[in-house]
Amino acid sequence: MKGNEALAEAAIRAGVDAYYGYPITPQSEVMEYLMKANPIASTGMVVLQAESEVASINMVYGAAGAGKMAMTSSSSPGVSLMQEGISYIAGAELPCVVVNVVRGGPGLGTIQPSQADYFQTVKGGGHGDYKLITLAPASVQEMADFMKLAFDLAFKYRNPAMILSDGAIGQMMEKVELFDPIPRRTDEEVAQQCPWATTGRKRGTQKRVITSLRLVASVQEEFNIKLQKKYQEIQEKEVRAELINCDDAEYVIVAYGSSARTSMKTVEMARKDGLKVGLLRPQTLWPFPSKQIENLIEKGAKGFLSVEMSAGQMIEDIRLAVNGKAEAAHYGRMGGVIASPADIYQALKMYVKQWNSKI
Amino acid sequence: MELKDIIKEENCVFKKTQLLNDKPLSYCPGCGHGVVHRILMEVLEELGIDEQTIGIAPVGCAVMAYEFMEIDMQEAAHGRAPALATGIKRVYPNKYVFTYQGDGDLAAIGTAETMHCCNRGENILIIFINNGIYGMTGGQMAPTTLEGAKTSTCPYGRDTSTMGFPLRITELIAQLPAVRYVTRQSVHTPIAVRKAKAAIKKAFEYQAEGKQGTCFIEFCTNCNSGWKLSPVQANKWMEENTFKYYVPGDIKDNFKLLKNPVIE
Amino acid sequence: MAKVKGAVVVDENKCKGCGLCVEACNFDVLQLSQKVNLKGYNPAFMFNPDNCTGCTNCATVCPDAVITVYRVKVNN
Repeated sequence: MKGNEALAEAAIRAGVDAYYGYPITPQSEVMEYLMKANPIASTGMVVLQAESEVASINMVYGAAGAGKMAMTSSSSPGVSLMQEGISYIAGAELPCVVVNVVRGGPGLGTIQPSQADYFQTVKGGGHGDYKLITLAPASVQEMADFMKLAFDLAFKYRNPAMILSDGAIGQMMEKVELFDPIPRRTDEEVAQQCPWATTGRKRGTQKRVITSLRLVASVQEEFNIKLQKKYQEIQEKEVRAELINCDDAEYVIVAYGSSARTSMKTVEMARKDGLKVGLLRPQTLWPFPSKQIENLIEKGAKGFLSVEMSAGQMIEDIRLAVNGKAEAAHYGRMGGVIASPADIYQALKMYVKQWNSKI
Repeated sequence: MELKDIIKEENCVFKKTQLLNDKPLSYCPGCGHGVVHRILMEVLEELGIDEQTIGIAPVGCAVMAYEFMEIDMQEAAHGRAPALATGIKRVYPNKYVFTYQGDGDLAAIGTAETMHCCNRGENILIIFINNGIYGMTGGQMAPTTLEGAKTSTCPYGRDTSTMGFPLRITELIAQLPAVRYVTRQSVHTPIAVRKAKAAIKKAFEYQAEGKQGTCFIEFCTNCNSGWKLSPVQANKWMEENTFKYYVPGDIKDNFKLLKNPVIE
Repeated sequence: MAKVKGAVVVDENKCKGCGLCVEACNFDVLQLSQKVNLKGYNPAFMFNPDNCTGCTNCATVCPDAVITVYRVKVNN
C-alpha cells in the first residue's frame, strides 16, 4: 500500500471517530482514501472535508473536547495554519492526532519531501509552553502502526500527538501488515473513559468546561507546572528509537523518516570500508532519545552525523544531548532534493576526517 | 394586603433559572449579554434538553459565558466556534449544540467558519450577538459598526470608502440553501425579550428534528460602555439607528426566505 | 372581578443600577435607590409598591437576573 493509504486504513481500523481535513499535496490521498472507503457506513467514522486547515484543526478540537478520537492530516503550509489550534488543544489538555506529511518550504515551497518542520513540531510552532508527542515513521508499516500508537499516547496523556512523515514515506509503496480492526467506542464508553469530556451535564453534577483560558496568573502558572510534569513523565517513559549496528559504533548517523532509510545504505557502505558506523533512528522525535545518545557516547561513539532534509534542525537537539562530550554535525539537502547514500557517505567521511584532524 | 403576604414562595411567578448559576455576571450594567444568557438557559430548562446540550463560548466579552451557564461547554479560539460545533455535532448528532458569538468572532475572523458551517447546514444553533463594536478589547470597530459611528479605531466615524460598509452577514447567511431559520431579534424591551425567547425555543425544536439545517439568530444588543451612553440611552439609540440598518424580524423560516426589506 | 397584586424583590448587591427595569415598568413601581450597594451601584427598588401588578416586565429585561417576581389574586 501507499504510505498515505496505510495511514488512512489504519485510522479506520484503530476505531477513530472522526477525520476532518483539507486537501494539500502530498497527502490528499489520506482523505481521498477515507472518502472512498466510506467508513461511516461500516464503523460510523465521520470523514468531513473542511473549508481550511484552520477549520479542520478546530473541528478536531471540538470532537476531542467531547472525548472522541479525532484526527486531521496536512502538509507543512497547512500545518502552519493549525498551530493556533494545536496550542489550544495542548492548553485544554485534549487528545488528538495531527499528521504532517512534510514538504519543502518555507512558504508555498515545493511538493517534494522535506524534514524542515522539525522545529515547528518539536519546539512548538504554536504559542506557549507545550510539547507535541511526535512520532516519525520510516516505513509504510510504521505509518499504519504509529496511527494506533499516536492515539494511545494522546489519550494516555491527554495531549496532542503528531505523526511527522514526509512526502517520500507518504507516497512509497510497500507491503504492510494491518492490525485487526478495533471497534469504535460507544458513547457510554467514551463518557466513562473520558469523564472530563463535554458529553452533556447531568443535573446535579459538576459541568465540564474545556478551555485553555486561565486568566489568574497563579492559576495559569499552576497549570503550566502541571503540564511540565506531564512532559517530564512522557520524556521518561515514551522514548522510542531503533539502534542499528551501534554496539561498537564510533560514528553514529542520527536520522528519521526517509533520511533513515537512505542512511541505512550508508551504514552498509561504511561498514564495508571498515568504518565503524551505526544508525540511531529516533521513532519519537519528542521525547527525543537523548539517553540513547548519552549511552552511545559511553560505549565509545565519538561523532554524530545528523542526516535530515533541512538546513539543520534536529542537529540542535543532538548537540544538546551530546553536551560537548562528542562531535556533532549536520548533513542535509534542502528544497526536496533527496541525498543518495553515497552523498551521505561522502559527508560522513569528510566529517570523520575533520573530527580526527582535531585530535 | 401587605408586602409580606405577597412575597411568599407559592406566589412566585418569576425567578432566575437554575441553569444560570449564582455567580454575578461579569458584563457591564445594562448589557444585552445577560438577557440572552438568561433566556437561552430558560429555554434549555423548559425544553428539558440541558443534559444533552453542549455550548461553545467565543472570544469576546462572552468568553466567560461558561462561568455562568450550568451546561457542558467548550471555549473556542476566536472565530472558530462553528468549526468546533461541527466537530462535535458530527460525532454526536443527537446532542444539542449551539455557538454563542459576537460580531468580531462571527463576522470578522470567523467569517469562513460561519459561512461554511451554515453552507453545510450543520444542525446547530448559532447565536450572534451584534452590538456593532469590539467590547472586550476596549471598543474598536467591528464589521457591523454603522457608517459614521465612532469607535476607538474609527475615531472620526466609520468611513465606508476606506473601511467598507457595515456587514449584514445575517442576510448573506440567509441566502444559503442549507440554512433553515434566520431571524434578527433584540432584548431591549419586555416584548422583544419574549419574542427573542420564542425564537430560541423554535431553533431548538428544529434541532430536535435531527434534520440538516442551521438555525441562526442575530441579537442586536447595546454596548453602552463602548457606545458611551447610559443603558437606557443606548437602547434608544439602537431603536433610532441600529434597527434602521439591521432590521429586526424573521428573515428565513423552514428553508424559505421571507419578505425582507434589506434583501429586496 | 379578581385583581392582582404584585411585588418584586431585587437582589440589592447583584443589581448594577442599569435602570432598564425602571424604564420597562409600566406602572412606575421602580426607581434607582439613593443608597449604594457593595459594588458601588445604586440598586433598583420598589418606590411605589402599591402599583405593582407582578407583570414581570422588569425581571424580563433585567440583564443580571436579580429580580424575583411575586403575584397574588385579590378577590374583592
